[in-house]
Amino acid sequence: MPNFTINGMSATVAEGTTILAAAKQIGIEIPHYCYHPRLSIAGNCRMCLVEVEKFPKLQIACNTVVTEGMVVRTDTAKVNKAVTGVLELMLINHPVDCPICDQAGECGLQNYYMKFGLHKSRFAIEDKVHKKKVQDIGGQIVLDAERCILCSRCVRFLREVTKTGELDFFQRGDHSEISIFPGRPLDNSYTGNLADICPVGALTSKDFRFKCRVWFLSGVESICPGCSTGCNIEAHFREDVLYRLKPRENEDVNESWMCDEGRLEYKKANENRLLAPALREGGRTVAAAWDAVLFTTAHRLRGSVEAHGSDSVAVIASPHSSNEELFLVRKLAAEVLKTENFGFTSRTPGPRSSDDFLIKADKNPNSRGAQLLGFSEEKFDRIVKAISGGKVQALLLFGNVLADFSDAEIGSLLSNVPFVAHVGTCAGAVSRAAHAVLPSSSFVERGGTFTNFAGRVQRFRAGFPPRGKAKNDIEILVGLASQLGAGWAFPGETAVFDALAAEVAPFAGMSYEALGSRGRLAGGSK
Amino acid sequence: MERVLTTHFADDRYRHVDAYVETGGYSALRKALGMPKEEIVAEVRKANLRGRGGAGFPAGVKWGFLPKDLSRPRVLVVNADEGEPGTFKDRLIMSRGPHLLVEGIAISSFAMTIHVCYIYIRGEFVREAKILEEAIGEAHAKGFLGKNILGSGFDLDVYVHRGAGAYICGEETSLINSLEGKRGWPRNKPPFPAAIGAFGLPTIVNNVETISDVPWIVANGGERFAAMGVEKNGGTRLIGVSGAVNRPGVYELPAGVNLRDIIYEHAGGIKDGKELKAVIPGGSSTPVLRPGEIDVAYDIESMARIGSASGSGGVIVIPEGACMVRALMVLMNFYSHESCGQCTPCREGTGWLAKIVRRIEEGKGLEGDVELILDVCDNMMGRTICPLSEAAVMPAQSFVWKFREEFDRHIKDQKCPYGNKF
Repeated sequence: MPNFTINGMSATVAEGTTILAAAKQIGIEIPHYCYHPRLSIAGNCRMCLVEVEKFPKLQIACNTVVTEGMVVRTDTAKVNKAVTGVLELMLINHPVDCPICDQAGECGLQNYYMKFGLHKSRFAIEDKVHKKKVQDIGGQIVLDAERCILCSRCVRFLREVTKTGELDFFQRGDHSEISIFPGRPLDNSYTGNLADICPVGALTSKDFRFKCRVWFLSGVESICPGCSTGCNIEAHFREDVLYRLKPRENEDVNESWMCDEGRLEYKKANENRLLAPALREGGRTVAAAWDAVLFTTAHRLRGSVEAHGSDSVAVIASPHSSNEELFLVRKLAAEVLKTENFGFTSRTPGPRSSDDFLIKADKNPNSRGAQLLGFSEEKFDRIVKAISGGKVQALLLFGNVLADFSDAEIGSLLSNVPFVAHVGTCAGAVSRAAHAVLPSSSFVERGGTFTNFAGRVQRFRAGFPPRGKAKNDIEILVGLASQLGAGWAFPGETAVFDALAAEVAPFAGMSYEALGSRGRLAGGSK
Repeated sequence: MERVLTTHFADDRYRHVDAYVETGGYSALRKALGMPKEEIVAEVRKANLRGRGGAGFPAGVKWGFLPKDLSRPRVLVVNADEGEPGTFKDRLIMSRGPHLLVEGIAISSFAMTIHVCYIYIRGEFVREAKILEEAIGEAHAKGFLGKNILGSGFDLDVYVHRGAGAYICGEETSLINSLEGKRGWPRNKPPFPAAIGAFGLPTIVNNVETISDVPWIVANGGERFAAMGVEKNGGTRLIGVSGAVNRPGVYELPAGVNLRDIIYEHAGGIKDGKELKAVIPGGSSTPVLRPGEIDVAYDIESMARIGSASGSGGVIVIPEGACMVRALMVLMNFYSHESCGQCTPCREGTGWLAKIVRRIEEGKGLEGDVELILDVCDNMMGRTICPLSEAAVMPAQSFVWKFREEFDRHIKDQKCPYGNKF
């Protein structure tokens, strides 16, 4: 555990810590481009030069290990001149086309120029080396070779993380550029990360390209709803439109990465939304007031129980619902409707691709939570059989369930049920067949927790209020329970989580606030 | 005067094993195989044999950096990527006396317990590579290489690996990367090659001339080698003299020989009876000298004292009437073309310097361009993984410092005063 001094401050750090990492630990930021904590050390950008006592030359902080008694300075005139000098050199051949660059606003060159540069250009504009712009190199990525500062993060990412190695360096000197090999585009499931790790505008996202200036975006901590891995993400939105998802670091789940499939999950929160509560009257679905829809749904559920017994109602939950919502769904079914007919399905349409890194075949964020909260897929199969046999009189459906059924199958299946209520975010065959539509909120419009495949309970947060007239699911469930005569007092997801932690064994001892940014493992999980 | 390497270079047969053996060749190997290994290393240390590639690191000390334990195989790499402008001495050894190198490799490998050696040879040296291959084949046939060398039980294989035409691959860690089939980018140090080198193994990289000196040292003793030169610089140096001299060529002279004597006595003085204008004393990256500075001993310490270097032994002689801006432009074009592109200051700085110097020579220089050259140099100096950046900066700074008035005149007159055209 060497003790060292940096800018006059002393600190003790773990053996083998580099100056750059050690400085970060005590709140001193050393500028850098090529260094990335999850990639090997390249040492090529030369931005992190620092003065180390007893070394005649400036040393790169990213590759110099702290030793006992080392004295480091990052604030001397010599260091400043060096950093400014490197930055100037980095910019001489850069096109400075910020006005048409997507990276503007979150660009390493812009940020450090404001901090260390602010110099006037001493380089003749006609002397700039030109390289190829707007190259579609495959995956989700567009390459602009001219903007590239050749830090090699992307090359190292593709060698070390995906192990696919599609990008490499070509040419020499100031004609050096990164590129794919002829006819060999990016071919892996994690290409979007390249745009994230690129410190400049060389690698940008094809999907996000020219959609929105980043300074208009707000971000919220979230969990990717695309599969059961539960990658930690930041969801970026403007007003009530989601624009992009970016990975957020969680050592225990996704390190700093996310997959390309998950990155496009944001579209589902924008498209095809159910925005107004509705009731079907005389074969047509018409908008109705929330009170009326909640009343009708509760009335029909209760009526069915009263007339045909509790076996005549059924509840199908969604693995896209949060633990809190599932807890209330179960409570509603078991305690209020007093039925055993509640289940869930994790089946989804489309390919169930998976790999040994972040992509899981289960394309739901909370199947594990549903299981821990007592929902089973066998029960779901029995419910479907009961529906087909005409034994279900009233059905409450959550989310995009039955997604693996064709529209025709859904239509014919649900035609067996006299009353179907759908609590969901997206319009489709289920909402079209439903007698009551209760529009709910997407994953960025509400807060809660998901339990990932490994049993890790992780929080996602609300970025903006539910769109249109849609409501938070907890509010809908509390409203239904109240119409059904249960006196639930759950003002929000925190209260629900506390009740859940008190009642459901695997969640015992957890508190909503204490989940932190890395989540906690549910009891019995490894 | 006693010579270490070139005594028989005039004899065309000397490149073949029979003629080499006739002159006493491979007797040093036989002797070495009967010596304790430490003793061989001790002789090399005593010899004050300094690396001949340019940096001048003591060879015996470098050998001592190998880890003590023998659990991992070690590699000897001979740096035959001779590419420093003005330097053409290793080429002479490989074409005229390849067995000197082969015998040196065998002795050095035995001393360091190395069983595989790669000669990384400059790609353009097609003829030399062929001669080396032939020499290696002959040595194998005679039992000087391969299994159980001369019945000693010592095995050694030597491979010739041709480079692909990059100056940077003469830097030892990019040479290693290139040898491994990777892009020739210098590596961050530490780790140094002696710890982790070629293919992850402990590796010693030595210059052709350095290794070729080893047989003589073993045959005649380190002290005798040391005595040929001056303090801390043993033996002879192969000095390539080029440019405006009457007898350009490679001269084997004792380390510490006077630089003026190299030019005026050995190389026959300046061509066409002209005056001397400048000397680049040790390959293109060494700081240029004015005529008044050449009365100096050509050894590492003496040259360092006057702010330059004997480097790789390439003396470039520039006569009166030559344009120093033009000369610097040629050098800057070279370095910007050969920068590997890895580190920002070198990648961008070498190109920038080349552009500034070119516009000055073209008659388009701007006021402040000379200061700009010096400031760009300052931002490149000591900021990179390998010394290529410095190799470009040293001539640029020294040309400007010592011939400032020529640069100023180009800018003031907006033309080359020597009438150079494009």
